[in-house]
Amino acid sequence: MPLPTKDILGILADNLNQRKSVLPMSEAKTTRWAKGLDLPMGGKTIIYTGHMYQLIPVIDAMAGQMSKLEDTPITKMMGLGRFANKFVNMTFFMGLLASKTEQADYDRMLRNIALLLKKAGVDFGYLYGEEMYSGALVYDEGIDGSFAKHAQRVCDLFKKHGVTKVITVDPHTTHTLRTAYPQFVDGFDVEVKSYLEVLAESGLEPTQQLDEALTLHDSCLYARQEGVVDQPRELLGKAGVKMNEPDLCRKNTHCCGGPLESLFPAESHRIAGNRIDQLKEAGENITTMCPICLVGLRKAAKGTVQVNDISDTLAKAYGV
Amino acid sequence: MPKVSSKLAAAVKCSEEFNADACMHCGTCTAVCPMGYEILPRKLFRYVQVGLEDKVKENISSIYSCLLCGMCSENCPAEVNIPENIRFLRKYINENEFNLS
Repeated sequence: MPLPTKDILGILADNLNQRKSVLPMSEAKTTRWAKGLDLPMGGKTIIYTGHMYQLIPVIDAMAGQMSKLEDTPITKMMGLGRFANKFVNMTFFMGLLASKTEQADYDRMLRNIALLLKKAGVDFGYLYGEEMYSGALVYDEGIDGSFAKHAQRVCDLFKKHGVTKVITVDPHTTHTLRTAYPQFVDGFDVEVKSYLEVLAESGLEPTQQLDEALTLHDSCLYARQEGVVDQPRELLGKAGVKMNEPDLCRKNTHCCGGPLESLFPAESHRIAGNRIDQLKEAGENITTMCPICLVGLRKAAKGTVQVNDISDTLAKAYGV
Repeated sequence: MPKVSSKLAAAVKCSEEFNADACMHCGTCTAVCPMGYEILPRKLFRYVQVGLEDKVKENISSIYSCLLCGMCSENCPAEVNIPENIRFLRKYINENEFNLS
C-alpha cells in the first residue's frame, strides 16, 4: 500500500500551523552553521536559509524510515500518527536519527555561502532563531490556507526587523518568497535574490583558477521559474572551470525527483536514477545548486560518481 | 456511466488558476513529463475540463505524483501554466476530499 497522502499532508500542515515548519527543528540545529561568523542580528539585508540545508540530514533520516513503510500494512496506522503528532512533535524523534557527519557537511555549505557574500562586500545580517521555514512544501501540495497564514507570519517577521532585501540560498526558498508570497500576502515588497545572483552581480573575482571539469545539474525552479541559469555558469567560468552540460540542461533541465520524497519515495528514487544516468553520460564531478537535488542525486549515484554542492567549488575558487 | 460534477465544473470555471482551456491536445506535455504516466497532464486536464470528478478522484495518486518541475509548461505551445493547474487540483482535493485547507 502506498503511503497515505491525506495523513502525510495532514501532518505537514499541522506542523506548519502549530510549529511553524513542516519538519520542526531545534534552534540549535538551524543556527549552528553561523557559529563564529559574527553575522549581525537582523538588518535591512539578510541571508535567509529557510532551513533547507539544515533540514536535509533530518529529511534523509526520515525518508529512510518512510521508504521502509511504503507498501507495508503499517501505512494504515498513519492516521493515528497524525493524531499523536498534534500533541507530540513526532518529527523531533526523526531528527535524532540525523547523521552528525551529514549535518556538518550541510552546515559547511551554508558557511561557504555566507563567507562568499562577505568576501563580495555584501553587508547582511541573519535572523538566527527567529528565521522560519518558507512553507514551500505546503505551497506545492496546494494547502493554500495554511500556506497563506505562514507567508503572512514570515512577512510580519521581515516587517518587525525592517528587512527590505532577502538573500536566499536555495531554489525552493527563492521561488516561494519571490514568486508565491506576492500572490498570498498583500503588499509584499521585499526584494528577494538568490546568493548566486548577488555574487554574479557583485563582480567578485576568483583568487585561483581551477583546472577541473564539472557536470552541472540545473535546478528546475532556478532554471524555469527564477531565471537563475547564467549566473552559476558565469561564476564557475571566471574561475576557469570547464562545464560539461547534459543533453537536458538549462531551461530544459530534468528533475532530480526530490519533490516526491515525502509521498512517493520509490518514484522519487526512480526519477533520481534516471537523472543520474543522464548526468553520468555528460561527465563526472556532478555539481548541484539545491540541497534537495544534492541529497537525491548523491543517493542515486551510490558512490559511482561524486556529487557536490556548487558552494564548495565556489569557496575553493574564490578563496573563502 | 461517467457523471459530470457541477461542483468541479463550477470551481474550474471560476478559477483564475486553471487555464487549461488553451490546451490544443498536442500531447507534448505528456511526452516530456519525467514521470511517464499516461494520465499526466493532458488527459487529466481533459477530465477536469468536462467536470468528470470521479475520474479525478480515481487519479489522486497521479495528481500528487506530479513533480511540479515545469518541463511540460516550458515546452507547451499553448503556454498553459501546467504546474499551477496541478496545484489548483491539489487544492480542490485537499479541501473537498481531505478536509485540509
